[in-house]
Amino acid sequence: MKLWQRYRGLILPVIAVAAIALWPVITGKPADRESAFTILKAVALATSLNILLGYTGYVSFGHIVFYGFGGYVGIFLLSEHGWSLYSSMLAGGIASGILAFLLGKAILHLRGGYFALATIGINEAMKAFINNFDLFGGSTGITLHFSIYKLYGGAAQALQTAFYVSIGLAFFAVLLSYMVRTSKFGLGLLAIRENEDAAEVMGVFAPNAKTWAYVLSAIIPGMIGVLFFFKNGNVEPHDAFPLHASIELLVMVMLGGQGTVLGPILGAFAYQGMRGYLVTSDFFKDIQLSVSGALLLLIVLFIPAGAVGWLRQRSALLRRILA
Amino acid sequence: MTLLLQVQGVTKRFGGLQALTQVTFDLPAGQILGLIGPNGAGKTTLFNTINGVYHPEEGRILFQGKDITQNKPYQLAQAGMARTHQIVQPLNELTVRENVMVGACFGREKQNLLKAASIADEVLNFVGLSAKIDQLAGSLNVAQKKRLEMARALAAHPHLLLLDEVLAGLNLSEIDGMIQMVLDIRSQGITIIMIEHLMKAVMNVSDRILVLDYGMQIAEGTPQEIANHPQVIEAYLGDPKLAAKLMEDD
Repeated sequence: MKLWQRYRGLILPVIAVAAIALWPVITGKPADRESAFTILKAVALATSLNILLGYTGYVSFGHIVFYGFGGYVGIFLLSEHGWSLYSSMLAGGIASGILAFLLGKAILHLRGGYFALATIGINEAMKAFINNFDLFGGSTGITLHFSIYKLYGGAAQALQTAFYVSIGLAFFAVLLSYMVRTSKFGLGLLAIRENEDAAEVMGVFAPNAKTWAYVLSAIIPGMIGVLFFFKNGNVEPHDAFPLHASIELLVMVMLGGQGTVLGPILGAFAYQGMRGYLVTSDFFKDIQLSVSGALLLLIVLFIPAGAVGWLRQRSALLRRILA
Repeated sequence: MTLLLQVQGVTKRFGGLQALTQVTFDLPAGQILGLIGPNGAGKTTLFNTINGVYHPEEGRILFQGKDITQNKPYQLAQAGMARTHQIVQPLNELTVRENVMVGACFGREKQNLLKAASIADEVLNFVGLSAKIDQLAGSLNVAQKKRLEMARALAAHPHLLLLDEVLAGLNLSEIDGMIQMVLDIRSQGITIIMIEHLMKAVMNVSDRILVLDYGMQIAEGTPQEIANHPQVIEAYLGDPKLAAKLMEDD
């Protein structure tokens, strides 16, 4: 088999991410760069959530907790202990991974709606905890000293660097998602999604597989959190653990197609595009979240498989091209 | 003769319901054991207890000489047990091939994806589903889903195969095909326990038969012995002449 045929499921996802990344490079406008950063961040987050939601079939309503927690850990190390951006991101990712591992052991035996409810509870509990955790600055959070950006060539250059790092993270997320999707481990996750009891009878070690899926879905959000709050200059509890952002991630994954590599990328792009339009329009700017709620309702009612999933159901040929 | 499975005094209760009472039998390797009994007799519960979905309140179960009473289904699958379900459990959104690959990847032999794909092709050919290989499992009809269940179980290359009413809902020619398949599987050296309501099939295929009624083991023996067992005739077959009729070829 030729190389491109072997990895054909990766072709469209890579082209999609590359296109988003190249767009501000071609136009050269800082505003486009900021939009592209937001989309790439959404791509990385939605793609990560998809490992749990799409492949394993467990709905997490509080996935943003990993973004916030990892972000806090990274920014704390960066600000108080002088770690570099990169080692802070790594630490944030690992911290979120460990948090997911511990949470997974505790709540992944819950199924369906009970698991989803538990994830909301965890996000809110973490927000309340950080609000009262003095080491992380309590309710005022941590503000980075301006001098930190000097190490990255000044604030303007730091924004540029953050953009490049976000491209790397988006590619990393997509590659990880693809590797999980096409691995034996991934086949076990899909079996759990379809029928957990039948999967166990066939030998899938479900408790372990689910925990690792949860860990893998938490690492990149932790890293993205560090990057975002580095760029932002400060981190506060209500910015770090916004429940509505978790729900927006769900909309992105569902819109593009859960359980596919390409779906969350297209979903993130489409949703951020729509959101960009809504928040700038006079009529929708205050009610843009209700639009995403309505959108989620419409998807669940009419195309529960999402756009890519819908296409995959049409024919065996499309299933081969669209991973 | 080595004993593959030993069930010793197994009792299972659900609240006040005594689903299994002191069930005891030995299963030598290479045999087919038929498991019969009226609806609600505890046949599927016995399967669930053997393959770790339930754990018995009393008694113990040995598989290849090891105590597996408290093991989980995935541990038993890896140890070489495979089963089909009375109510088919296809992985609907996966293709037929992927369904079977799950069995090969996570069952006894823990194959890699490449080897699992070739085992899947082979097994699907054996059960006659080659033409459906790239279809989604959810799109199959009931007879095909039963074959898929069988293929998934076989792909693990198990030592012990538990077949839960694989003939139910099939038409006459499909039944003949499935019976032939069961005999072919046995000739590959796989030990089988089959739950079946279709008497003619179970009488012809089984080496031994175990009869359950209200969770009690009321008889065990060769098909001939079972057909003439007064208690079985009374409790299960009802009409003594029916037994003789069932043994005939029609």
